[in-house]
Amino acid sequence: MFGLCALAGVLVVLTLVDVVLQLVNNAQPAISKFGLGFVTSSTWQPNFGVEGVLALLYGTVVISLIAVVLATPLGIAIALYLSMMAPPRVRTVVGPLVELLAAVPSIIYGFWGLVVLVPFIDKLEPGLHSALGFIPLFGPASPIGISVFTAGLVLTVMILPIISALSRDLFLTVPSELKDGAAALGATQWEVIRGIVLPTTVSGVTAAVVLGLGRALGEAIAVSFVIGDVTRIPKSLFDPGASIASEIANQFTSPVNALHTASMFYAGLVLVVIGMLTSVAARTIAGRFDVSQRVI
Amino acid sequence: MTDWDRTASQIHRAEEARRRIRIRTEPVLPVITAPPAGNGAATLQEHAVVFDIRNVSIYYGQNRALAGTSLKIYRNQVTAVIGPSGCGKSTFIRSLNRMNDAIPGFRIEGQVLYHGHDLYGGNANRVEVRRRIGMVFQKPNPFPKSIYDNVAWAARNLGMKQRLDDRVEQALRQSALWEEVKDRLKDSALGLSGGQQQRLCIARAIAIEPDVLLLDEPASALDPVATASIEELMHNLKHRFTIVIVTHNMQQAARVADRTAFFSLDMTGPARVGTLIEYNDTDTIFRSAADPRTRDYVAGKFG
Amino acid sequence: MSATSETALLEGMPFDPTAPLTPSGNLRRRTSVSRFVQITATAAAVFAVAVLLIVLYGVVSRGASALSFGFVIHNPSGLAGGGIFNSLLGTLEIVAIGALIALPIGILTGLYLTEFAGPRSRTAAALRFALDIMAGLPTIIVGLFVYGLIVIPQHRQSGFAGAVALAIVMLPLMARSSQEVLLLVPGSLREAADALGVSRWRTVLSVILPAAFGGILTGAILATARAAGETAPLLICDSIGYNPFATELNPFHGVPSVSMFIYQSYDLPLAQAVTRAWGAAFVLMMLILIANVLARLILARSRAKMGR
Repeated sequence: MFGLCALAGVLVVLTLVDVVLQLVNNAQPAISKFGLGFVTSSTWQPNFGVEGVLALLYGTVVISLIAVVLATPLGIAIALYLSMMAPPRVRTVVGPLVELLAAVPSIIYGFWGLVVLVPFIDKLEPGLHSALGFIPLFGPASPIGISVFTAGLVLTVMILPIISALSRDLFLTVPSELKDGAAALGATQWEVIRGIVLPTTVSGVTAAVVLGLGRALGEAIAVSFVIGDVTRIPKSLFDPGASIASEIANQFTSPVNALHTASMFYAGLVLVVIGMLTSVAARTIAGRFDVSQRVI
Repeated sequence: MTDWDRTASQIHRAEEARRRIRIRTEPVLPVITAPPAGNGAATLQEHAVVFDIRNVSIYYGQNRALAGTSLKIYRNQVTAVIGPSGCGKSTFIRSLNRMNDAIPGFRIEGQVLYHGHDLYGGNANRVEVRRRIGMVFQKPNPFPKSIYDNVAWAARNLGMKQRLDDRVEQALRQSALWEEVKDRLKDSALGLSGGQQQRLCIARAIAIEPDVLLLDEPASALDPVATASIEELMHNLKHRFTIVIVTHNMQQAARVADRTAFFSLDMTGPARVGTLIEYNDTDTIFRSAADPRTRDYVAGKFG
Repeated sequence: MSATSETALLEGMPFDPTAPLTPSGNLRRRTSVSRFVQITATAAAVFAVAVLLIVLYGVVSRGASALSFGFVIHNPSGLAGGGIFNSLLGTLEIVAIGALIALPIGILTGLYLTEFAGPRSRTAAALRFALDIMAGLPTIIVGLFVYGLIVIPQHRQSGFAGAVALAIVMLPLMARSSQEVLLLVPGSLREAADALGVSRWRTVLSVILPAAFGGILTGAILATARAAGETAPLLICDSIGYNPFATELNPFHGVPSVSMFIYQSYDLPLAQAVTRAWGAAFVLMMLILIANVLARLILARSRAKMGR
């Protein structure tokens, strides 16, 4: 039995190694043609045989940052509510409901995003632009609400349960004797949270956020529905754009030529590298907290 | 009134006014030395009733943990609560600063009057209660912060930002910890020994100058040397605070307390309920207790 | 001011202990700050639940009109008619094959990490690291990987390739949940078996696995439910080469799936087709929700049994 188990472990590691190998192999034509310029060029025009991933990289990073900026305070707030404020009966209902957000498949988020969220954002964007337009980030609204901003919102909803569930676990591990000690000193609940709960769990929560970030970076389907498939660096949040994952989803099934396919593998490789960096960052920051993805 | 009396009372009033002004501009803890000299008003305060506990019963859900208990706790005294384990001592003391509120199913009957105000009354603010009535727990629970920040934390919350360094130093001195930590205030509190951590917990409780200090078996997790140092503190601290201390070590009570309350389990009813058996001066409890159960307990016949 | 409160101040206290127990000093402000935080946190939770309900409502309201019993048991016909029978069958088949691959390997890996590797073992640490990375792989990259591994050599997309891709998505989830559950099995069980001289593997098979069964089953259901909803790997490995109107059971051909059905339906211009897509989304959503609820129930029962 030991042999079997060890074999399983070896299989896991081999698969991972092979993932990288496959990507590199199939990206070969593009790597030899574009080299590292691939990463610095923002021209993605397969019809002309020119591919550079910068615009896609930019889109990937922007929508992921939007998602993290919005989902982190939301997720922490929800986690605080569930772990410290909610009455027990509410907790048993609301907790699983928030986690169910993670069970919704990405295609449904994409679909729903396109049909429900986009028209809503379409109405919202002109208002946001007139209110915040002095910041170049909030430029004129695109004609139909399909934009980098919308993609960021969809991603926010998708990574919210990750941050919330993991943070809630962390907050529950703060020893009650510490919270009692703080309360006995005449501190309000917020002071207990600010002075004891949050500082004690900061590295774990950071790791949870980085995990959410990783998820956002790699999401393809949901984003492809609402980001607009425009391979240019977006000038404002309300412009359409493209991310690496969404572009692969959009173009892989109908490539222009073999170089195009190879470039998509190359883009995938770039995405994996970024993803691995964030994963490594999560592990180093987490330190002694084993904040791995919960299943149950 | 004679001229002499009139002048004396004028001088007295002027003194009071001067002292009042001094106190408002110097938010520093006065150094504890000897008890205040015989001064009419101060003596009155010294033995005023701080807690008037009237027929208090405590329930957790359906279970009654504490039977109808009545006693008075007096200012600037150390009141010990002794008795065998499981007889409601911890429940009792925790109900004095509403630390039982978070326990599910907790219910209290009767009244706990603090300076005449009902602790569990409708307009009693729980946080305010805990600000005035501090607590040190059985197991030392220092925050994972520096020694300085542990002591200063609650004071900062309360807005006591002036001369914080002095306040921290005073608190540490009064807990007999200053000499040991004065050179490493920025070090983590978790690096201290058990006895030091407990004295740190006492320091951070007194740093905000509460009215009452509750200690729930503060030395039970400590070695004898640390225990002795905690006991010594009681003698000094009681001049400044009213102290209630739960202990399962009756010799400790005998050494430290002015008055002692003996709790035990009442087995006569359908269920075991913690009950106050006897409450008197410590000497009386230990030498000539009225109730046979008390006499048995202090003689070591059970516990 | 009364005489007693004057003397209280005399003794240098920062407050008057005989005053009523209403907030003194800065407590009023601090309480309102704390209250504000509570309201914000509650609002955040309400918001999250609201979003979930809005999404669910969106799917249900749009998909309900397409639903009928026939929807589930008929194949698509014409541009916008018929049902999703072949896609449902396809998803079931692909997910089943994927589970067949991922579950044993995942459980074995979990066993290795809890039963056979020492707590300080470096191989165990490396393996956990690898599992974390695998869990964090974007599903579209997994699709690309299997494309290169299987689709290119075979010169065709297939349900099997899709199944392998889903297996890679499921594997880390299975391994993680197996680990969690196995760690919950009390050490006393293992000690008792050791004391009786029972060999390791026999202990595992006859004592530990049965005790952990509920939790492992839960993990399996959750991992499978997750895989059933994955679209990206199928988009890369199994989106062409099948007849969208016919049932296809051979996994080495292209096999239709519910997620691809939804993905591709949306492009069709007819409103009917869109409704059909929503119907499929509704069915998929229901299956996943039921699986999640079921998994939680099983978990609660197995936790109660282990006396947790």
